Amino acid sequence: MNGGTFRREFEVTGGDFYNAGRVSTEIKEILRQIGIAAPKIRRIAIAAYEAEMNIVMYARSGMVILQVTPEIVRLDVSDVGPGIENIELAMQEGYSTASEEMRALGFGAGMGLPNIKKNADRFEIRSEVGKGTTLEIEVNL
Amino acid sequence: MTLNEVKHILQCEVIAGEDRLNTEVRMGCGSDLMSDVLAFTKADALLLTGLANRQVIRTAEVADIRAVVLVRGKRPDAEMVALAREQGIPLMVTNVLLYEACGRLYRAGLPGCSEVPAAEGGTAG
Ligand SMILES: Nc1ncnc2c1ncn2[C@@H]1O[C@H](COP(=O)(O)OP(=O)(O)O)[C@@H](O)[C@H]1O
Ligand SMILES: [Mg+2]
Repeated sequence: MNGGTFRREFEVTGGDFYNAGRVSTEIKEILRQIGIAAPKIRRIAIAAYEAEMNIVMYARSGMVILQVTPEIVRLDVSDVGPGIENIELAMQEGYSTASEEMRALGFGAGMGLPNIKKNADRFEIRSEVGKGTTLEIEVNL
Repeated sequence: MTLNEVKHILQCEVIAGEDRLNTEVRMGCGSDLMSDVLAFTKADALLLTGLANRQVIRTAEVADIRAVVLVRGKRPDAEMVALAREQGIPLMVTNVLLYEACGRLYRAGLPGCSEVPAAEGGTAG
């Protein structure tokens, strides 16, 4: 990513279910104002929301960095938290360690990471147990 | 199908978005699992769910879902109603059960998510 890039950082607080989704809603509004086509915005917003929910559900704190160039929209999502021991397993549809409380909110179907991957043109996930998890998500414009 | 028709067919009480009942929905989705809703809906869907919390409204906003119907008499709390108003997502409640609510709308011509093409182009409304 080079010059002329729109860039904005958002903080996400682990366990804050009241505000969960606020960052994704804000990102969506920004992309709307930039004038990006609705189907692309929808894909980015879904990926952002699943990533945001994962920080709220599993991590202590996290950050989402939104960058927009004429070519791509990019989300860098990072958190401080327990990390993921087996990424291959976590990426499988249906795999979830969500608690009953989280399931009661409608999450924990084990579809979040697969949803992010499906909506991204490029997706990378890295994690270190005991430290945290980072996601790189790109959608081509 | 318009939200007015949905309201009539399911005998809904309108909780938020009274002024938006002429909005068109292209398909229906009945689910309590928000990740499944995000995975399987396309833009301009109607969501029918028994889940009553703020995450439902967030999911609707994120996925371009045009309105939410709470089934089997579930009542939204004040926080959910406030977020629906803030996000401009019409919210209705019905006493009809999920299966029957979906069945009635399907019979009236509202297709399912796998039966309609994804929306094209334009900027989000
Ligand atoms: N940021 C994260 N930190 C720690 N663990 C995570 C994180 N994101 C996902 N996971 C783990 O991966 C699993 C699968 O995640 P996901 O596909 O989003 O489904 P769900 O959130 O519904 O369980 C989670 O249940 C959790 O164990
Ligand atoms: Mg998840």
